[in-house]
Amino acid sequence: MSDKISPLGHKGLMLEEPLLFEQSQQGRSGVDLPETTQTKLRTGQPQRTEIGLPEVSEPQVVRHFVRLSQMNYSIDGGMFPLGSCTMKHNPRLNEKVVRLDGFAQLHPLQPQSTIQGALETIHQLENWLAELCGMPAITLNPAAGAHGELTGMMSIRKALQDKGEIRKIVLVSDNAHGTNPATASTCGYKIISVPSGSDGLVDLTAFNELVDKYGSEIAAFMFTNPNTCGRFEKDIKHIADKLHSVGAYFYCDGANFNAIVGKVKLGELGVDVMQFNLHKTFSTPHGGGGPGCGPVAVSKELEKYLPVPRVRHSNGVYSLEIENADTIGRIKAFHGHFGMMVRALAYMMSHGADGLRKVAEDAVLNANYILHHLKDDFHVPYKGICMHECLLTDKGLKEDGITTLDIAKGLIEYGFHPMTVYFPLVVSGAMLIEPTETESRESLDGFIKTMKHLAKQAKSKQKEHLKEMPLSTPRRRIDEVKAARQPILRYMK
Amino acid sequence: MRYLPHTNADRKAMLEEIGVTHIDDLFAGVPSGHLLNKLVDLPNHQGEIEVERALSALASKNLSAADAPFFIGAGCYRHHIPATVDYIIQRSEFLTAYTPYQPEIAQGTLAYLFEFQSYVAELTGMDVANASMYDGATSLAEAALMAQRITKRQTITIAPGLHPHYEQTLKTYLSTSGADIIVADKPSSDSAAFIIQSPDFFGTPHSLQDYRKACDDTGAKLIHVFTEVLSLGLLPPPKEADIVVGEGQSIGVGLGFGGPHLGLFACKKEYTRQMPGRLCGQTTDADGKISYVLTLSTREQHIRREKATSNICTNVGLCALAFTVHMSLLGEQGMKNLALLNHQKACDLADKLEEINDVKVINTSFFNEFTVQLPIDDAEDVVNKLAEKGILAGYPLHDGKLLITATETTTENDVTALTTALREVLA
Repeated sequence: MSDKISPLGHKGLMLEEPLLFEQSQQGRSGVDLPETTQTKLRTGQPQRTEIGLPEVSEPQVVRHFVRLSQMNYSIDGGMFPLGSCTMKHNPRLNEKVVRLDGFAQLHPLQPQSTIQGALETIHQLENWLAELCGMPAITLNPAAGAHGELTGMMSIRKALQDKGEIRKIVLVSDNAHGTNPATASTCGYKIISVPSGSDGLVDLTAFNELVDKYGSEIAAFMFTNPNTCGRFEKDIKHIADKLHSVGAYFYCDGANFNAIVGKVKLGELGVDVMQFNLHKTFSTPHGGGGPGCGPVAVSKELEKYLPVPRVRHSNGVYSLEIENADTIGRIKAFHGHFGMMVRALAYMMSHGADGLRKVAEDAVLNANYILHHLKDDFHVPYKGICMHECLLTDKGLKEDGITTLDIAKGLIEYGFHPMTVYFPLVVSGAMLIEPTETESRESLDGFIKTMKHLAKQAKSKQKEHLKEMPLSTPRRRIDEVKAARQPILRYMK
Repeated sequence: MRYLPHTNADRKAMLEEIGVTHIDDLFAGVPSGHLLNKLVDLPNHQGEIEVERALSALASKNLSAADAPFFIGAGCYRHHIPATVDYIIQRSEFLTAYTPYQPEIAQGTLAYLFEFQSYVAELTGMDVANASMYDGATSLAEAALMAQRITKRQTITIAPGLHPHYEQTLKTYLSTSGADIIVADKPSSDSAAFIIQSPDFFGTPHSLQDYRKACDDTGAKLIHVFTEVLSLGLLPPPKEADIVVGEGQSIGVGLGFGGPHLGLFACKKEYTRQMPGRLCGQTTDADGKISYVLTLSTREQHIRREKATSNICTNVGLCALAFTVHMSLLGEQGMKNLALLNHQKACDLADKLEEINDVKVINTSFFNEFTVQLPIDDAEDVVNKLAEKGILAGYPLHDGKLLITATETTTENDVTALTTALREVLA
C-alpha cells in the first residue's frame, strides 16, 4: 500500500501546493525595479528594515497561483446552482471592455472635463436600472448588496428624522438574508421578525397584527421578492398600502431580481427602496467573494437622501455633485465600484429589453424543470410552481441519517457545486437550488440525474458511503470546529 | 441570444414536460396585473461588435492616465501592475467562483485568502487581518464601530489630516448612533478611539509612539489608517496601534475610476472576535491534510443576523487576490525597493517644482505625496488649465494648495511636461 502513496502528495492533475512562505529563498524576486540612488530619506521616520514577506521568482508565483486555482470549482467549469446567489455565465466581453484604458486608467478625482465618458456610463446605467425597476432615482455608490441595504435604510432613517419622527422598529421577514436584520441593527433599529406562513409567503395575518400593534413605531419592513423560498410575494401591494397607512417605508431586497427582470416593476407595486446586486442579476463575476456592486433605487420622496457623489446631467454636460443639503452623506471613499458598473452595462446592452425578459423566463423555466423532476425524490416544503429557485429539504432522508450536508458533499463528489444549504432558515435542512438561465437542458438533465442518484443512495444500504464524501476532491471534509477552537489566521514561522 | 442556451423548441418541450403550455403559467404566482405585458423601454439585444463599439466610444471620451503625465493621488494611486496579476485574476477558477462556503472545492480561494491575511498582518505589524473590506474608508468606519463595541464608549476622536472622504464616510456610518466626532490632537477621557492617518492627507508621515501613550492614559483604542499601503515598505510598521486599516489599491488593483478598491483591516489578537468581515483559518481535513476554511463565522450576519459585528457579506475577494499576487511578486526586497523608488521619485519631483518661482513644497517630510503652495489662490483653475494641456497635475485644495504625487510610473518627461506647463499657466 505504502508504495502507492505519492511522495509529494500529488495525484495526477491534482497537485499539492505549499504556501509561498514555505517556498521562500532570500534573494529571489518576481520584479525587476530600477536601482534607487536615494541616500537621504525625507520621510522624517526611520527606514523600515524588515517586513516579513516571502521571496520567490515570477515562475514560482505563476505556478503557485495556477495550482491553487485548480483546487477551485467555478461557474466557467461547471454548474453552480447556489440558491439566491445567481451564479450565471460571466461573459468575457465584459472583462474586455472594463480593461479599456479609458475606463481602467481613470482617477476618481480627475477634472470633470476629462471624465465625461465615465460619468455618462454611470448615468446610462442608472437610467437602465430605473427603467427595469420602475423607480425614479438610483445611486450606484454602494459597494455590494449589504452596503446597498445600509444606504437604503440610512435614507429611510434620515427621511423619518426630517419629519421629526423617532421610530425604533424594523420588521424583517423570517426568510430574509442575514444582511437584512444586520443592516437594520447597524442603523440602530430593534428587529421584529415577521413569520412566513405554510405557503412560504409572508403570513399576512401576523404581518397585519404587527403593523396594527406597533403602528407609528415602525420605520420600515424589509423583505425579499421573489423571496428565498422561491416564491413571489403576491400580497406585495397590500403590504405596501398597509405600511404606508402607518407612515412606514417598504424596503424590498432585490437579491432575487433575476426572476423578474423585464417581467415585473417593483416600483409600481409600492416599494420605496430596493437594492440590486449587479454580481447576481447582471452577471458581474463573483470573484470568490466580491467585488460586488449594490445600486439602490428609491422613490421620488427619498431621492434627496441618496449618498454623494451623484452624477448630474444638463445641457449635454455631466457633473459630479459632491454635496447637498439632504444627503445621508458619503458611504465610501469614491463613487462606487465603477468596474462592476461597466461590466453590468455591457451585459445589459448585450441582452437588451428582449433578452432581459428572456433571462427571467428561462431562469424560472429552469428552476421549475428541476423542481418537476425532483419533486418525487425529495421533500418539497411548499407545493406548486416556483420562481427562479426551488426549495427542497432533507425530510424523509434525515430520519435515516442522511442530511442536506451529505447530499451537498455527494454532489461535490459527483462533479457539481452544491446548492445553497440550510438557508432559508424557515425550513429544516433547506436545499435551495437556483440553476439560472445560462444552464442548458442537457446540463439540467445531468444535475437531475445526479440528484436522483443521490436520493436513491440515501435510501439504500450503501448510504454510509455518502457520509465519507467527497473522496476525489483536493480536500475531504474539513474540520471546521478545530478551525474555530484554535484559530490559525496567518502564517507563522 | 448568445448567453441563453435554450432554443424555442427546448423551451416548448420543457414546458410540456412540466405540464404547462405557456411560460407565464410559471409566473402564476405573480398577480396578473403585476406582470408587464410588453417589453421595457430599452433597446433590444446587441452583438459583441455593437456593444464593444458603444462602450469603446464612451471610454474614448475620457482622458486616461495612460495618455497623460499623471500626478494625482489623494487616496488613489497609479502604480505599475505586473502582467502576471491580471492573468491570474482572470483565471476562470478564481474569477467565476463564489465565496468559499464549500471548502473542499474552494481551497484555491481559501489558500490565497490565508496568504493575503498573512501579508496584511506582516505589513501592518498586527496579529490578525481579515479577508478584506470594501475600501479604506469603510474599513475605517468599521474600525470605529469596533472600537465603540470594545470600549462601550461612543466618541470618536480624529487627528487633523484625515482624508476628507474618510471623515465623511465615518460621519455617515456614525450618524445612526449620534456619536460625536471630534478633531483633536489627542484622545479625550470619553474617546472610544483615536484615529491617526499616516502619511496624512497632506502627505506627512507620523510616528505613533506619543499617541500610544495618550491612548493608554485615556483608554481609547488607537486606530492607524493609511491611504497608500506602499508607504509600509519604507515607514516603520504601525505596531503601536490597536487596529490598523487602510486602502490596499496601490498593490495590484489599479485606479479603475475609484473602485473596486481594497479595504485592509488588521488588529491585535485580543480583538479578533470583535472584527467585522470574513476570516480564513487553517485546519485539517478528514485525511489530516492541512486545509483552509472560513472561520469564526459566529461574528457574521449569515449566522448571527441582527447580533452580527457588521452587516458586511460580499467583500472584494478578487482585489485581495490581485494584491496577493502582486505582493508575492514583489516579496520582501521588492516591496522595500518599490517604496524607496516611490520616495525618490517624489523627492525629485519636489526639487523640480521648487525651482519654479514662488512654488513652495509645504511638507518637510513625505513619502510619495506632498502639498505645494502655488502663488495663486485658485488651484482648481490651475489644474483645469493643465488638464486642457493634457496633464493631470494633482488634486487641488483650498488657498492655492495642490496635492501632488509621484510613483514608479512617473518619468522625467512627465516631470518636465508638468513643470513647463505649470510655468506657463502661472506666468
